[in-house]
Amino acid sequence: MANTPPTSGPDGSRRDFLFLATGAGLAVAAGALAWPFVASMAPDAEVIAAGAPLEVDLTPIQEGQIVNVFWRGKLIFVRNRSEKEIKESEAVKLSELIDPQPDSARVKEGHAKWLVVYGNCTHLGCVPIGHQGQYEGWSCPCHGSLYDTSGRVRRGPAPTNLPVPPYAFLNDTKIRIGEDGGKAVA
Amino acid sequence: MSGHATYVPKSRIAKWFESRLPIVGLVHSSFIAFPVPRNLNYFWTFGAILMAMLMSQIVTGIWLAMHYDPSAGNAFNSVEHIMRDVNYGWLLRYMHANGASMFFVAVYVHIFRALYYGSYKAPREVLYILGVIIYLLMMATAFLGYTLPWGQMSFWGATVITNILAAIPIVGDTIQSLLWGGYSVGNPTINRFFSLHYLLPFMILGVVVLHVWALHVTGQNNPTGIPIKSGKDAVPFTPYATIKDVFAVVVFFVFFAYWIFYQPNYLGHADNYVPANASVTPAHIVPEWYFLPFYAILRAVPDKLGGVILMFSAVIILAFAPWLDTSRVRSANYRPIYRQFFWLFVAVCVILGWLGAKPPEGGYVLASRICTAYYFAHFLIVMPLVGLFETPKAMPGSILESVTGPHPQYGGSGMPAGAAAAPSSKG
Repeated sequence: MANTPPTSGPDGSRRDFLFLATGAGLAVAAGALAWPFVASMAPDAEVIAAGAPLEVDLTPIQEGQIVNVFWRGKLIFVRNRSEKEIKESEAVKLSELIDPQPDSARVKEGHAKWLVVYGNCTHLGCVPIGHQGQYEGWSCPCHGSLYDTSGRVRRGPAPTNLPVPPYAFLNDTKIRIGEDGGKAVA
Repeated sequence: MSGHATYVPKSRIAKWFESRLPIVGLVHSSFIAFPVPRNLNYFWTFGAILMAMLMSQIVTGIWLAMHYDPSAGNAFNSVEHIMRDVNYGWLLRYMHANGASMFFVAVYVHIFRALYYGSYKAPREVLYILGVIIYLLMMATAFLGYTLPWGQMSFWGATVITNILAAIPIVGDTIQSLLWGGYSVGNPTINRFFSLHYLLPFMILGVVVLHVWALHVTGQNNPTGIPIKSGKDAVPFTPYATIKDVFAVVVFFVFFAYWIFYQPNYLGHADNYVPANASVTPAHIVPEWYFLPFYAILRAVPDKLGGVILMFSAVIILAFAPWLDTSRVRSANYRPIYRQFFWLFVAVCVILGWLGAKPPEGGYVLASRICTAYYFAHFLIVMPLVGLFETPKAMPGSILESVTGPHPQYGGSGMPAGAAAAPSSKG
């Protein structure tokens, strides 16, 4: 191996530097090349644009009724709760909850009648059926999770409450989903 | 390579070609002269059956793709168009849909055969792990394919499985968003699922080539688990294994044809003939039968992340079998205690499959938990411990002895001794 370049001395360290610099350059180039491939799989501009805020008129929704609306392709329940349901939800002790949250944190102040929550079970995304189960909120047909009339999980396997989407009351009978207090949500 | 029963090109053109690309010689040494243990039973034909199923799925899939439209708006209608308007479209689709089930029937027989006869033990660990990788790719392909008709089960299957991935800490939400291409399962999702469903079978084919390569390096295991020691233990692949494999494939395809022509929808779900609807989940959402044991394991755990971890572990743990099993005897035929545990394990897998189709409540959940515990105990406790304490039964001196008894009068096999003793020829 007479032709092997020296590995130490001035020539050797120059070779080390070249190896390292080439390796670093390749790593950066590979990352830069991979980035557009991965980023192209993220929600595209059209999908994001379709997520503009959605106005929902509450007047036709009767007491006890649950209405399904879609925002950004996601199902949202708008529920007109009865006095009894509101009282029950407010009376629950936080220590009894899997994901403790008071009812007041899940509705807008002065509008306790209206519950607006995402309509996919937080376990694996099935649509829970309204007015069913022990707590008369929702019951998930897939894996048996139960929610109360505040959309809070009361029996697993779902780990968290049905999330509340960003929304605001425009007046007493109209809400806008996707906008929280006048500011659009990205 | 050197020596025995090698391919010798006869014509001038064959010689010219062989010296430039020795592929005919490779095929000859792998599928013609290759020494096969003479005592193989019909469980060893499932490799060939699986190869036939893979080819069937690829061919019918390519033809279906000529008529299918991978968009949320048109997918369901294009599948109905295939069923009603395309010439023999019903046949192509029923072959493809039932073919997936038949593929899994064959792979489960193949896997349990490997587990019973200790085919995962040295020196076949890499061969076996490649098999586990193929199994994982098959599961991904089957799931992606099941979403494509865009019926209710397709849509909600896609929703449930992508939500499973969201349980992964830190990166879960990002992975989910990259799979969806939106804020929920929708048009971008079906588009990319179709692309991946078309890609993965060819990746399976690539790993199958490695799997067969590894097989031809180590040679086949056999019901005794004893390696080939002399030419009398083996027969050449062609005609013996070739004709047996062809016969088994034909019999299996009769079984396959029964499903296509007499029960084409039995293995599917009626709900998948309802177009996808994001506001209603079908009352009983269960995966296809071949995923049911894993689904039962997922539901046995009351915690989301815990269930997901256990479900994936149930597959991954297969890859560790070569090191979890401490017995040096391969075949369970000679392992009186392990053999009983093996059949218990098979029963537990079947029961888990049955439980996976039941609603997640009451006694079913308890039974799922017990069976899940045994499933893992089989690998983590039974495999290491039984190997240490068990006294194996007396083994025959050779494969030949297992066939002809301890005093063979005759042992001609037409296999040159050198060929059988070194099956690793064309690496």
